[in-house]
Amino acid sequence: MALERSDVEKIAHLARLGLDDAELPRTTETLNDILGLIDRMQAVDTHGIEPLAHPLEATQRLRPDEVTESNRRDAYQAIAPAVENGLYLVPKVIE
Amino acid sequence: MQWETVIGLEIHAQLATRSKIFSGSATTFGAEPNTQASLIDLGMPGTLPVLNEEAVRMAVKFGLAIEAEIGHTNVFARKNYFYPDLPKGYQTSQMDKPIVGKGFLDITLEDGTVKRIGITRAHLEEDAGKSLHEDFHGMSGIDLNRAGTPLLEIVSEPDIRSAKEAVAYVKAIHALVRYLGICDGNMAEGSLRCDCNVSVRPKGQEAFGTRAEIKNVNSFRFIERAINHEVQRQIELIEDGGKVVQETRLYDPNKDETRSMRSKEEANDYRYFPCPDLLPVVIEPGFLDEVRAGLPELPGEKRARFEREHGLSAYDANVLSASRELADYFEQVQQVCGDAKLAANWVMGELSSLLNKDNLEIDRSPVSAAQLGGMILRIKDNTISGKIAKMVFEALAAGEGASADAVIEAKGLKQVTDSGAIEAVLDEVLAANAAQVEQYRASDEAKRAKMFGFFVGQAMKASKGKANPGQVNELLKKKLEG
Repeated sequence: MALERSDVEKIAHLARLGLDDAELPRTTETLNDILGLIDRMQAVDTHGIEPLAHPLEATQRLRPDEVTESNRRDAYQAIAPAVENGLYLVPKVIE
Repeated sequence: MQWETVIGLEIHAQLATRSKIFSGSATTFGAEPNTQASLIDLGMPGTLPVLNEEAVRMAVKFGLAIEAEIGHTNVFARKNYFYPDLPKGYQTSQMDKPIVGKGFLDITLEDGTVKRIGITRAHLEEDAGKSLHEDFHGMSGIDLNRAGTPLLEIVSEPDIRSAKEAVAYVKAIHALVRYLGICDGNMAEGSLRCDCNVSVRPKGQEAFGTRAEIKNVNSFRFIERAINHEVQRQIELIEDGGKVVQETRLYDPNKDETRSMRSKEEANDYRYFPCPDLLPVVIEPGFLDEVRAGLPELPGEKRARFEREHGLSAYDANVLSASRELADYFEQVQQVCGDAKLAANWVMGELSSLLNKDNLEIDRSPVSAAQLGGMILRIKDNTISGKIAKMVFEALAAGEGASADAVIEAKGLKQVTDSGAIEAVLDEVLAANAAQVEQYRASDEAKRAKMFGFFVGQAMKASKGKANPGQVNELLKKKLEG
């Protein structure tokens, strides 16, 4: 499977990456190299092997349902570009 | 052409944990904006999620209640999309290995028939924050208190065939999550939200039509109206030669219509992949056994027991088992008074209308189960008549006495059962209405029956409602027939 330039443009848009005309061919080539490697790996016979969701041979630790965080809004909002009435302000996201 | 409606529902239930699914922030509703948003909820670099054990337990409870397979190994996945109320740029959710597999829920339709609705799956995920678009001089305001609240997304099979069935199903899920104590079910606060996938097809056709998804409908009434409207829209569209487009729509309750939300479905490519920050979650058989042992009696089981143990009709059992609180209340009343039928009648009658009138939930009833049970005892031992009982009930509701006995004593409502006293009242009534008595005696059987009620009314009035109605009837008959 090989990516076309249009595929890369679409993926870049979904990931909100701004790739210019010079970067697009190079990125397409790099991604296709990676896909080539994946193709080689997929050729390996994995019949009867459980798919791996995580490389560590460990399972998730769970935490008890307790409130451990206190209100530190002022400290967190000190680094926000714009706040008002306790809200974070962002460029308008609705038409 | 005859059309058939096909509906599948996705219900998001906010799990009633104290803290969030991946952080120790509080989940209290209605807090000041962003006061319950920690570094993890804000998606700050360098933070790591740790899964809340209670959220897992609650999801497992639900799975066991719908007789679903519980996944032994659970994997969390990232659902990627950009929106400012999702600071990480992805929602941590589950894709290939949801915690709850295939199960089912039986719903009771209006005509009493039971229909089984398949549940495809239910998975754990985190809620997003809230965006406010007004009054910020061209900016949007973001509140991340809700970000990271645990959700259980319950996905039904496309087994539902009408808006009414959809409402019955949502009500059944609502009752179930409240029975299980895993969600408060408060739809106005968004604790239970519903996405409706709706399509139509010509009757008899096997293939599904193209569906539209109506997002975030938040009341039983709106679910019914939104679906009915959408079905009508699709049928008219197709009959006019058009085609239904697969899209997300929004229901506007003010205009009673659905409208398209996004024009470009292209953005709906979520690029799911396993979340590298979370290890697989393994659910051991011991954990399952522990949860199973702690399950409460479920709505269906309770309904069946009410019919069997208390001899209630299917209808009464269904109404009284609708919520755990109502069922508990009824059983307490029944235990105090020892009469299930009377208890059911009073809970479903006077008590329900009182609660409806003041828009109260059963747990805030002004008349306690002990008070109501105590009052029914006094009906049973003939201290008061059913009619006087309504006065006693109203007095209890108004807080005019701690118990029925206290109200009866204070207001002098004790029923008169002394036949001598009743006869004295009757003699007065008959003397005062001598003309009617003469008329009665001259009338035929049919007319007499009508007139009899007049004398009973006068007698009850004269005794201020306190004379035992049975005795009044009996003694009056004797005196009139003479």
